[in-house]
Amino acid sequence: MALRRESAAVMLFLAPSVLGFSVFYLIPFVLGISQSLTNRTLGGHFTGLTNYAELLASGSFRKAAANTLLFTSISVPLLIVLSLGLALLINKGPFFRQGLQTALILPLVVPVASVVLVWQIFVDWNGTLNAWLDHAGHSRVDWLQSGASMGVLVVLYLWKNLGYNLILFLAGLQQIPRDYYETARIEGAGRWHQFTRITLVYLTPTLFFVVLISIINSFKVFRETYLLAGDYPFDRIYILQHYMNNMFAALEIQKLTAAATLMVLCIAILVTVLLSLERRFRDVLD
Amino acid sequence: MKKAKRLPKLALTAGIGLIAALMSIPLIVTFTNSLMTEQEIGMNYGLIGQMTDVAAGAGGTARFVNLKLLPDWLSLGQYREVLIMNSKFLRMFWNSVGMVVPIIVGQTLVASLAAYAFAKLRFRGRDKLFLLYLLTMLMPFQVTLVPNYLVANALGLMNTEAAIILPGIFGAFGVFMLRQFMAHIPGAYTEAAKIDGAGEWTVYRQIVLPLAKPGLAALAVLLFVDYWNMIEQPLLFLEDSFKQPLSLYLARIAEEERGVGFAASVLYMTPMLLLFFYAESYFIQGVQLSGIKG
Repeated sequence: MALRRESAAVMLFLAPSVLGFSVFYLIPFVLGISQSLTNRTLGGHFTGLTNYAELLASGSFRKAAANTLLFTSISVPLLIVLSLGLALLINKGPFFRQGLQTALILPLVVPVASVVLVWQIFVDWNGTLNAWLDHAGHSRVDWLQSGASMGVLVVLYLWKNLGYNLILFLAGLQQIPRDYYETARIEGAGRWHQFTRITLVYLTPTLFFVVLISIINSFKVFRETYLLAGDYPFDRIYILQHYMNNMFAALEIQKLTAAATLMVLCIAILVTVLLSLERRFRDVLD
Repeated sequence: MKKAKRLPKLALTAGIGLIAALMSIPLIVTFTNSLMTEQEIGMNYGLIGQMTDVAAGAGGTARFVNLKLLPDWLSLGQYREVLIMNSKFLRMFWNSVGMVVPIIVGQTLVASLAAYAFAKLRFRGRDKLFLLYLLTMLMPFQVTLVPNYLVANALGLMNTEAAIILPGIFGAFGVFMLRQFMAHIPGAYTEAAKIDGAGEWTVYRQIVLPLAKPGLAALAVLLFVDYWNMIEQPLLFLEDSFKQPLSLYLARIAEEERGVGFAASVLYMTPMLLLFFYAESYFIQGVQLSGIKG
């Protein structure tokens, strides 16, 4: 009797969310997968994996996928190392800790569109960075139209996301009991030893989440790229989201849904691997 | 003894301070330059986007934009231009408000109900369903682009604000975050109320919801940040420029009306900064809780 009452309650609490979630996310998502297996948008025939074969053969898709991979594999490790270092420093308790922390978090809430002007002033062909280069006797760099564009994007990503990871790491550090360090010191462990054997070990659960969020956020850098460089940016920063947006504009729906499905698959695998790694790590720790 | 400790601490503060200062440059420049006159902006930054040959001066010497921290004359001209002379800005500001507020209120409400079920009730398939929410939350917007478009079309929502508001209300993020938060509320509280004969609704309304207030506040801030900045959704679902939000206006202002861009930017980020400073501790708590397993 009690159980039945509870399941009725579950229905009532979940219904609004599940209903809307299904209509706007789940059903569209399943529709998308089925689209990727047909030859026309509505009422097409089942064509198996043809779209995927075409997609993988497409030069612009490969370019976009390679760029996305490159960007993620440069920016994510860099971000994690920097934010962890900064978290360790802040944890040592500088003066004005609160104020400094706020200043570091602030870019997170600043709308990108509102600072895009300043970024342009720096990276334009006639911009400040080039003025400095010129001053130092070097020739100019076309920051958004050369290999350097990837670097600009990485800096933008670091600027934006440093604060988020910082908050997460600080929370992780606070959870490590102080006396672990005391004990280690009494037993004569050096700083490096304390860092690798205590800090890193107990920070690992946080680290999993930080890695996941950082990767996800690296996919979101599209907004910034779009604001800086528009629909068709330089080759080096043409990422998967550009590809998908442009396929949408060109009404190449099958390619778009196939690309989306592949991306979902990759993210799902990533999440599963990270979650199971974390579970195994926890078992070891316990 | 105390003095010896002070010096490293000073160096530490200076080091972190330097990084913080570097990261604040875009913000500071935006604020100070918003007080320049349009002419001064044109003089300093007119070269942006110009071709090389034009930019190279007569004698072949290179010319560059002149990044300036402090204006020669303080002027509120840009603000006057944006707020009074330009009818577009205020209209788009209210467009943004009109979309963001329903999303925040709606998602907080719907998500808090679902989060209660995920955190405090037991049912079959609970963890699997939650994983589905989590996965959806992680997907980039483009992944569900076509299907979303089809659904919006089928429901007759194209080119209406509802095409943005409705998916916003049912976003997965709120459910995820509030579940994490509610999972930290001790089961003893809810069990005790149930023994006293309280129904689920009473427990939710009288016990869990009040205790989850910081989580709700954090969610509101995070949603505000996300949707105040949206670019992709209005770009695809709102063809009518009359309905577009401020984020899109600002995305274009850099090319079209650079002279007033800084003031527009300041006005654009003000609501967000106010909300952030008002709720900073909640905001931080919310981010942290989303990272800690409940």
